[in-house]
Amino acid sequence: MSAYLISMGTYVGFFMILALALNLQWGIAGMVNFGIAGFYAMGAYVSGLLVAKLGVPVGLAIPAACVAGWVLGGAVALLSVRLREDFLAIVTLGVGEVIRLIVLNEDQITEGPRGLRIDGRPFGDLIGPELYPLFYLLLVAVCVLITYLVCERIRRAPMGRTLRAIREDDVVAEVLGKNVLMHRVLTFAIGGFFMGLAGALYAHYVQNISPEVFMPVVAMFIWMSVIVGGAGNNRGILIGAGTVMIFLEGTRFIGDFTDVLDAEKMSAMRIILIGFLLIVTLRLRPRGLLPEPKFNVKKT
Amino acid sequence: MTPILHATGMSRSFGGVHAVRDMSLEVAKGSITGLIGPNGAGKSTLFNLLSGVIKPDGGTVVFNGRDVTSLAPWKRARLGMIRTFQLAREFQRMTVLENLMLAPQLQLGETFWPNFLTPGKVRQQEAEIYEKACEVMEIALLAKLRDTYAGDLSGGQKKLLELARTLMIDCDLILLDEPGAGVNPALMQTLTDMIRRLNRDHGKTFLVVEHDMDMIAQLCDPVVVMTQGGYLTSGPFEEIRQNPAVIEAYLGETADV
Repeated sequence: MSAYLISMGTYVGFFMILALALNLQWGIAGMVNFGIAGFYAMGAYVSGLLVAKLGVPVGLAIPAACVAGWVLGGAVALLSVRLREDFLAIVTLGVGEVIRLIVLNEDQITEGPRGLRIDGRPFGDLIGPELYPLFYLLLVAVCVLITYLVCERIRRAPMGRTLRAIREDDVVAEVLGKNVLMHRVLTFAIGGFFMGLAGALYAHYVQNISPEVFMPVVAMFIWMSVIVGGAGNNRGILIGAGTVMIFLEGTRFIGDFTDVLDAEKMSAMRIILIGFLLIVTLRLRPRGLLPEPKFNVKKT
Repeated sequence: MTPILHATGMSRSFGGVHAVRDMSLEVAKGSITGLIGPNGAGKSTLFNLLSGVIKPDGGTVVFNGRDVTSLAPWKRARLGMIRTFQLAREFQRMTVLENLMLAPQLQLGETFWPNFLTPGKVRQQEAEIYEKACEVMEIALLAKLRDTYAGDLSGGQKKLLELARTLMIDCDLILLDEPGAGVNPALMQTLTDMIRRLNRDHGKTFLVVEHDMDMIAQLCDPVVVMTQGGYLTSGPFEEIRQNPAVIEAYLGETADV
């Protein structure tokens, strides 16, 4: 059971990093990203391929995956930044699918549906197999913490204020002298950086990645995390990611307590239940579990 | 006096409609220039052209001796030309204080790295901006509302906030698009006084689009009249109101002009 909890904890960590990144892009800066799975795949495959095919040390491959996410984020933002919100949603969804389909079909490089086996792990030689899952959980936790601190620093800084202004009304921000384009591209790139990080951590954790993991539905779970947790509130995002994971995993055990439904019906039932819980949460807390905090400076 | 803003031959059409056609305009430094005209005369479109929110089909805009026709709105703002909007457009889910603190240009903490490499400098600049915002809130009578979301303000308070925001910026020219629209009479006087004080004490130049003729009469000299997308006439308000061409342009719209 404790192995299960450690594994769940690690997955929650991936969720948290992705959700924090989406919160930066959408919750704070107002840019829709439905292509999260593509960024996640980009990170996973860049790091995985560098290690598995080129023998690059893991310590270099993970940062390379972050940079790849950063470049992808910047490029997508530059290409689509003039589009309205709804179109940006379509473009990012498309980008995510394009990346997945490339990975699926360029099987000479990526091994496609057979799955890419990655032997290299961070500090794999130094830590014994019994302790390794716990170590990895700690590593992911440290990465979550770093992501959280960077996102929170941005949110509290003048940069976050400008991003929220762009979210509220980009034309007014522009006539007040803010370089809206630069801010959008930079923010999307930073989000991409952390999504790449999450992908790389995932790849070296499971050590065998294949395209079917990176379906667009991943984006839905991350969006749920942000919406349930509270868009614009980084602490809320951490809680949101945890809550969604509890929804996802918790509903898995319902089958143990009932024999009315077979496994197939049960798995369909789970999705219905998750949707139901989302609706209940939003009905009770429309702005999420922890809404965006109000700016507060002590009066002098 | 030298013009701070000089627009010549501005044109812009939407589909087949010539919203602005060969319109020229000069704003003298230190003046409060009024821009009036009946509905549909093209005043708002001209404002959008001057601030760069939309691109002209033809014509040039010279600001402070520099051709800014092809500059993006944010670059014009950095040169010292700020505009407001007809319907007050606030950053709704940001407080009054934040709306003000946002405005100063080129804040160190607006870019990524200084927040991590030189946080002390960012904090110091932030403290200075905070002090200035407090002063501005006193001037604009917004001090009591500092922690209110801008979206929860009344129409008149939003207009005050918009004007106050321009005070946070080192700008020379402020383009006001109907500052009096939707403002109750009590606040109207506050607003008028504030514009006059900014002009007199802070040396700001204004170009004001307004339908409220009392406000125009109180504030503006000269007044430029637009009709059907082009220039009609200009001069002191008293002269304008007796000009038969102006009365004809307005016919039936505002009998007291």
